[in-house]
Amino acid sequence: MSTAHVLLGLLAAGPRHGYDLKRAHDDRLPRAKPLAYGQVYATLGRLERDGLVTEAGQDREGGPDRTSYEITEEGRRHLDAWLSAVDPPAPYVTSELFSKVVVALLAADAGRARDYLVAQRAAHMSRMRELTTAKTEPGAGVGDVVAADYAIGHLEADLRWLQTTLARVADLQKEVTS
Amino acid sequence: MSALLSGTGLVRNYGATPALRGIDLEVAAGEIVAVTGPSGCGKSTLLHCLAGILRVDGGTVTYRDQDIGLWSEAARSRLRRTEFGVLFQFGQLVPELTAVENVALPLLLAGTGRREARQTALDWLGRLGVAESAEQRPGTMSGGQQQRCATARALVTEPRVLFADEPTGALDVLTGEQVLGQIVRVAREQGTAVVLVTHESSVAAYADREVALRDGVVDPTGLGLAR
Repeated sequence: MSTAHVLLGLLAAGPRHGYDLKRAHDDRLPRAKPLAYGQVYATLGRLERDGLVTEAGQDREGGPDRTSYEITEEGRRHLDAWLSAVDPPAPYVTSELFSKVVVALLAADAGRARDYLVAQRAAHMSRMRELTTAKTEPGAGVGDVVAADYAIGHLEADLRWLQTTLARVADLQKEVTS
Repeated sequence: MSALLSGTGLVRNYGATPALRGIDLEVAAGEIVAVTGPSGCGKSTLLHCLAGILRVDGGTVTYRDQDIGLWSEAARSRLRRTEFGVLFQFGQLVPELTAVENVALPLLLAGTGRREARQTALDWLGRLGVAESAEQRPGTMSGGQQQRCATARALVTEPRVLFADEPTGALDVLTGEQVLGQIVRVAREQGTAVVLVTHESSVAAYADREVALRDGVVDPTGLGLAR
């Protein structure tokens, strides 16, 4: 995910300063890693250098001067292109889970791979339970639900893979060690 | 927590085929337990045995410290009408009755007056978000509306235990999620224990804990798959 594009998207509705952008980012993308202020200003600096945002003015509300930024026409074109671009599905199958199972078979045996799959499955289920509780809590916003759904869907896919791989470990071992 | 409902050494055979081969399981009051595992692992049979719908061939089912296997069929049937609620995947509503009549049925069977039963049924349809379907017959309702209505009927007697066998299995993802959310919310409000049979991880995640079955026994790995 590109923080720069999210900041451009937030600025598309009107000028904001860095503090506002950080808060809006964290509100709109619940359960994402909160944005650090340093990252906001560093990203704004790059966007300004590339002509995608520009300073809109200074304001002071009982504190130090704060610089507001606004999106430029070039920034709008850039954002529009990003929104229209379809992400290609990943061409390679790379996953820590998959690699670990294969290495467990190479370096140890099927028992080691199974133990890992069982432990990983328990960790995934525990996280899925947390997210399900969070999204069904009274007062959960639509953003919370959509964020949790995204994570739950990916955990579910992993869980299905963990279970089917467990059933195939013995066959995989034969192939890996043949 | 002490167990409200427990199965000890449960064995059940279908002819020469064993379905349950010595299962131990405890459910505490207000607890939501998911029973998971692949097709044919015995999870639905276990639910039917715990609910007293099927008799076990071995072991005991204990509810509030009483061995319900020793009870008559009539006594177990009464238990299911009063203390237990049962919810299946589909096909449990009486097609000739309206939604409100379906939901009121368990109350009428338990001796509640007609007017009170109807009002309570309407309240429950409202809690499950299908008050507008009260006068509709099941055949004219969507799958989600029917399952909400069936949930209202299963909970209308305020049972201590709800047995739900793949309750959202016939619904699309969003509708299933809404129905499941309502089952869990109402069960928590009422302090109702739930035995939730499912083969889906995302459904099991609504439960407090999971008991995985494999070939008629509890799989301690939680995976419910042959090793």
